[in-house]
Amino acid sequence: MTTARRGNPAGDTVLLGVAGLAGLLLIIELMPRLGLVDERFLPPASRIMAALAEEAASGAFWTALSDTLVAWALGLAIAVAAGVLAGLVIGSVPALRALTASTVEFLRPIPSVALIPLAVLLYGTDLGSTLLLVCYAAFWQVLVQVLYGVADVDPVAFETARSFRFSAWARIRHVLWPTALPYVFTGVRLAASVALVLAITAELVIGSPGLGKEIAVAQASEAVPTMYALIVVTGVLGVLINLLARTGERRLLAWHQSVRGEVSA
Amino acid sequence: MLEVKGLRKVYQSGSREVEALRDLTFTVENGDLVCLVGPSGCGKTTLLRCLAGLLAPTAGDVRVDGKAVDGPPEGMAVVFQEYGRSLFPWMNVRDNVELPLKQKKVPKRRRQELIEQSLDAVGLTGSAAAYPWQLSGGMQQRVAIARAVAYEPRTLLMDEPFAAVDAQTRADLEDLVRELWKRLGVTILFVTHDIDESVYLGQRVVMLSSSPTVVQDELLIDLPADRDQLTTRADPRFIALRTRVYEQIQAAKKNAER
Repeated sequence: MTTARRGNPAGDTVLLGVAGLAGLLLIIELMPRLGLVDERFLPPASRIMAALAEEAASGAFWTALSDTLVAWALGLAIAVAAGVLAGLVIGSVPALRALTASTVEFLRPIPSVALIPLAVLLYGTDLGSTLLLVCYAAFWQVLVQVLYGVADVDPVAFETARSFRFSAWARIRHVLWPTALPYVFTGVRLAASVALVLAITAELVIGSPGLGKEIAVAQASEAVPTMYALIVVTGVLGVLINLLARTGERRLLAWHQSVRGEVSA
Repeated sequence: MLEVKGLRKVYQSGSREVEALRDLTFTVENGDLVCLVGPSGCGKTTLLRCLAGLLAPTAGDVRVDGKAVDGPPEGMAVVFQEYGRSLFPWMNVRDNVELPLKQKKVPKRRRQELIEQSLDAVGLTGSAAAYPWQLSGGMQQRVAIARAVAYEPRTLLMDEPFAAVDAQTRADLEDLVRELWKRLGVTILFVTHDIDESVYLGQRVVMLSSSPTVVQDELLIDLPADRDQLTTRADPRFIALRTRVYEQIQAAKKNAER
């Protein structure tokens, strides 16, 4: 559904973005070299890149990366499944919604990192610790969006389904769920970013296996370029995850207003 | 047959009570096309939702083919005014028409037949793969009509279905309803606020008073069965009938003001 645009502003935007990134790298390269910052705290970009290449050649790096990705994906999957299920059930029963509203509003703002001591108590430095934090943070993102989505069901569409004698299940499957789907995607996209933040945090603070732990190790052993290289990797992961979520959203929601609008603009 | 007896509906919000329908009694015979017309805000939509089993009346009862309505009855289809919200935007035209048939457990081959026939009947033969939002308002309402027709209802309720389309499209759709009614022998109750439309379409017109609503008057429309937008609307008999309905609606409004 892509259309050729006059003057191709999308292409120009990409070009400008690349130029901006190159500029940033140049600044990072020059600042330590010109002595503006201490090289011990910010090595030049070229040395960070070199450290990155070195990391990419080591098996430990890939193990850590896959540990982080597994914790992220597993935690996100659990949170999304639980959030969607809870959201649909709570959202479609008004009494349940009223009953849980205050509890949700109380539990939701608790920062996941406040649960680090609990996670350590329960799981030590295992994957379980990371999962607990990731799930807790991601779950609310999904749940709240699904609740909004269910509340957004058009009464006319719902009455149409009722008038054609749809069963309760068919009304959920064919009216409630498609209406909530754009919200679910928003929830998943938000949860995916939060899940990464929490996965890295847990590894960094608790020392459960993954990139976060490697960053802490690099810092402790004063391998500063390596530390920066790993930070760059986490940044790239964030970008990729967001890109993945947005692409998926656009593909699956071609019928939806928010996506249609972007296409025709 | 659709029987409405002593129908009353009072909305309650907190301690405030609003009587939307006071006492409605009328009958729509099998195969009849009856138009319900009334001043705006007279509770037409409330009435229709009670008839469709979507809203429980406070008193009185509604019977379809002798069976009391306590939920959406079998063999009934509703065409809503808000076609854009009544069609599912996440499904194309074909799937929109097919979904109620699937719910009704119509076998697959028969579903295909019904979809094709009904889309042909409303003049949307080539649009099965389009999404509702890709169509004009008039075409969207045609899809909603096709969906209702494919469902093979014995009773068809239409709630101001053409209130939101332009005048020319509206004339076409009115003729479409007459044509479908004659061809399918379905019982139609057509709710409208448009006096000309009610006379042009109906075999009978039931006029409602202002809220709290009662039946103001009923009128047999003795125009020929073959009607068309030019000659019928210029027919002196048509003008006499529309004047009669108009007077009654005006009288209803005056009564309400008193």
